[in-house]
Amino acid sequence: MGETAVTFNRVVKRYGAFTAVDDISFTIEKGTLVTLLGPSGCGKTTTLRLVAGLEHATAGRIEIGGRDVTALSAAERDVSMVFQSYALFPHMSVLENAAYGLRASGMKRGQAEAMAREKLALLGLAGFESRLPSELSGGQQQRVAVARAIVLEPKVLLFDEPLSNLDAKLRRHVREEIRSLQQELGLTVIYVTHDQQEALAVSDRIIVMQSGRIAQDGAPRDLYERPANRFIADFIGDANLLPVTLRRTAGAMAEVTLGGLTLVVPHLGAVDGPAELAVRPQAVRIGAAEGVEATVVKAAYLGSHMEYDVTIHGLDAPIFVMDTDVAHPRAPGSRAILAFELTGVAVVPPA
Amino acid sequence: MERRSEERAALTGSGVIGAQQQEAGLSRAWVAFGVFALAVLPWYGLETPMASVLGWRAEAAPALFQGRSWLLPLGIPLVMALTGRPGFLMAAGVCGLAWMLGEGVVIGPRGAGLTQPAMGWGAAAYALCCAALASIGLARRGWCRGDVFVVGSLLTVLGLILLFVGYPVVRILKSAFESNDGGFAPALFAQKFFSAGIWGLDCLDGGKACGVAWNTLAEAMLVGVLATGLGLAFALVAVRTQLPFRPLVRLLSLLPVITPPFVIGLALILLFGRVGVVTNFLGEYFGIPRTRWIYGMAGITIAQVLAFTPIAFLVLSGVLAAVSPSLEEAAQTLRAGRWHVFRTVTWPLIRPGLANAFLISFIESLADFANPLMLGGNFNVLATDIFFAVVGAAHDQGRAAVLALVLLVFTLTAFLAQRAWTGSRSYATVTGKGDSGLSAPLPKALRLACLSVVLPWLVLTIVVYAIILGGGFVVTFGRDYTPTLHYLLTAFSIDHGVGGWFLSGSGWRSFITTMELAAIATPVTAALGLLTAYLLNRQSFAGKSTFEFLAMMSFAIPGTVIGISYILAFNVPPVELTGTGVIIIISFVFRNMPVGIRAGMASLAQIDRSLDEASMTLRARSFRTLRLVILPILRPAIITAMVYSFVRAVTTVSAVIFLVSGEYNLSTVYIVGRADVGEYGVALVYSAVLIVVMAAVLVGISTLVGRQQIGRRGMLGAAPASEMV
Repeated sequence: MGETAVTFNRVVKRYGAFTAVDDISFTIEKGTLVTLLGPSGCGKTTTLRLVAGLEHATAGRIEIGGRDVTALSAAERDVSMVFQSYALFPHMSVLENAAYGLRASGMKRGQAEAMAREKLALLGLAGFESRLPSELSGGQQQRVAVARAIVLEPKVLLFDEPLSNLDAKLRRHVREEIRSLQQELGLTVIYVTHDQQEALAVSDRIIVMQSGRIAQDGAPRDLYERPANRFIADFIGDANLLPVTLRRTAGAMAEVTLGGLTLVVPHLGAVDGPAELAVRPQAVRIGAAEGVEATVVKAAYLGSHMEYDVTIHGLDAPIFVMDTDVAHPRAPGSRAILAFELTGVAVVPPA
Repeated sequence: MERRSEERAALTGSGVIGAQQQEAGLSRAWVAFGVFALAVLPWYGLETPMASVLGWRAEAAPALFQGRSWLLPLGIPLVMALTGRPGFLMAAGVCGLAWMLGEGVVIGPRGAGLTQPAMGWGAAAYALCCAALASIGLARRGWCRGDVFVVGSLLTVLGLILLFVGYPVVRILKSAFESNDGGFAPALFAQKFFSAGIWGLDCLDGGKACGVAWNTLAEAMLVGVLATGLGLAFALVAVRTQLPFRPLVRLLSLLPVITPPFVIGLALILLFGRVGVVTNFLGEYFGIPRTRWIYGMAGITIAQVLAFTPIAFLVLSGVLAAVSPSLEEAAQTLRAGRWHVFRTVTWPLIRPGLANAFLISFIESLADFANPLMLGGNFNVLATDIFFAVVGAAHDQGRAAVLALVLLVFTLTAFLAQRAWTGSRSYATVTGKGDSGLSAPLPKALRLACLSVVLPWLVLTIVVYAIILGGGFVVTFGRDYTPTLHYLLTAFSIDHGVGGWFLSGSGWRSFITTMELAAIATPVTAALGLLTAYLLNRQSFAGKSTFEFLAMMSFAIPGTVIGISYILAFNVPPVELTGTGVIIIISFVFRNMPVGIRAGMASLAQIDRSLDEASMTLRARSFRTLRLVILPILRPAIITAMVYSFVRAVTTVSAVIFLVSGEYNLSTVYIVGRADVGEYGVALVYSAVLIVVMAAVLVGISTLVGRQQIGRRGMLGAAPASEMV
């Protein structure tokens, strides 16, 4: 356990009758990258802006580096932020942008520019100092925004969906850059995204939010393998959720009935009675020797794998299945036997 | 690395502490300013303050040396503020202002006991100091996130609006309820308010004229409908056709901005009056008898439609251009013909714009003073009636106040309707994504209809402007077309006399006064307008919508109402401004401030909020953010606001005709005076000079701004952002 960089203690943010952030508490250790993940409107960006001081909490207490900052404005907090739109000042050169924070803190121009140059070079922007933001590519603009933020060596660095304006190919690259920069400089980072893959790839820890509350808080592997409820299971890893009846539990395993089939699967705190079975698309083996009978409804070829929608006989909703066997695609309408792998299948409590 | 982070710690630590020290220093600096206001500046009197200070005239002595004991307590708040505690600062500001207002209202200029003249520069500075102290106190209590600059600007702008917009309007109400000797007389008010002169409907059953309120409403309705229809026709031609004269339409649409409002009326008289060109022609060749038909509703209507069609055109061409072509293309791919597309897609989308254009023309017509003054004849409207109630033989301020009240109710109702309408029904298809595609061509019949309206009107406009620009250079327009410079020389000659060159023309004095006062008012107008826009667009605070309403309301207050209300409000102490240049400047500032607000709001809406937020998270407070980030980006908007407020100040007549004095006469009022006594030549020459000067200002500045936008980097390198304000 390292030092605590950020503490949220029962923080609430209301806009009139609407509660955007509802009684949230968490702490973030120094030097870690924590992601706020959730669907749009879940309150993750509001939470980030509460850290930045761009929004002010209705109730609760926020600490940064052990200091109570709840009432302080953004300019007085030791944080900086990389905006979704980058928010580079269009009338200033790259160097002026990067040195802006130091100049605003009262540093002399020469010293501020020297420090800004150093960080720009660190991000591979040496030689671009006199350009205007409009003369840079999207990826370069983003690096300027990062440089501008880290020049201040803030206690916490905030990223608001930093990859959403980049094209798909660049995203993976930039996300790796951000991660390695964070680890090299030992930065404390709070990172907001709605993309679960991105979150899994970069985070030390993920806080999943749902309608203003924390749905689950844990390491990426925890969230994927042990989702706390059906919402998490659905949101991370696109699990199929099938209605089952839980017969009995024994240790970590539970006996459930699905249609006519009885399965013994891991359970995550569900109790006897109606429950839901979370099934990862890649945990379903299509074309097994024995298992449940199903019909293929749709088939799609994605190069590296096949995607099928299949209906299990006796169940209404189709389930989504991934199959790496591209050599033998199955036609819509054909029958298949499904079997479930034990990893990637679990009974989850309802949300 | 370690050294670096020590540096950083020192840096951020000192940043926060420095801010607190700064604020303590700030309150002390304002206390010092307050002492300066009380002990150095002349407390009474606004005119030539420095001369009177040096001469130690008794009236002009600072408050503390006046020997008037009730001024001495004004020092107490300053002592309280020295403690620097938030509660004390707030109390100091409030008490200081309250005492100053109290003694100012209670102890008047006349009376048996204590007397005092009207407040002057010292009082103004002291009020500013009180507002600043209260702002610092409120900010320390956490108002507006503890931002002194925001609280201070808010209080200052609000105070100024209340003093120079709110208070005069309240004075109108008060005067309307007063008898002429100053007593409270609700019965008299009712009698005046419901008099037949205002609300009579005699004209409907063939009797005499209708009441002035009905006249005004009918006129405004008619003009609203005609101007909107014409504006739509022009907009369709300009936006949706490929005709060669489209640039001409655009150009003509700019003319009314730089045209003094009464000049069109003047030109119409020369065309259609009893000895007008057209009248002569018709009389000689067709035997049509000469009549005075142009004087009355017909004339006013033509003049106002000429004047306000361009405004409707600007609104509607904007709306038409905002209709996404892809919507029309979608309709076309769904098998809709041209007419069908226009009827089912385009028309419903521009309908809110039509309502907006109608209401704007309606308000402009209600408020128009100059054209009815020129062309009204026996047809009275509220705006002119107010004027005649004050300057006429009757001189009935109470009646003027009642009329002003009626007019105010009309314009404010229309203004509210316009705001409600544009607020809720904007279909502007702004998606942020580039919307390519081609607009559907107009149906043939519609195109012909538009052209058949637009072309004759275009000819009339051109003829009118030809008369305005050329009419002053012939001996007698309509009879003797011998070219002459006589009128130009009368107004603007420069002679060589004993003392060297001097300006001997009769128009110079008013021309120079106008330019001076407008030039002083312009930066103030732009600064106040943009500051208000910044507060409205970028800050959130309680009562924001009320604040916005107050700020924009002055747009809807007709000039004549402003004029009469300023006379009523600022003719006697504690604030006595009539007869000074200051009152004219103030009327310019508060009438044109909405121009700055709109320009600022429109540009701020284009600047993403994340820029401010980025600056804030980079340790810059709001003032620094405004100065370094927002103002440089707003530069074109600042210049636009300045140009338009200057041009509007120079060309306005309705408010200032009440406020001019012998010493401070203005161009427009001078021209109206010349036209009134039949000196059309001088009036036309002077108008032409004004139009040419304003066009030069407009074109000059816009080419300057245009060049700056292209050479953006050079411009920023050359001019540091701090020079912007």
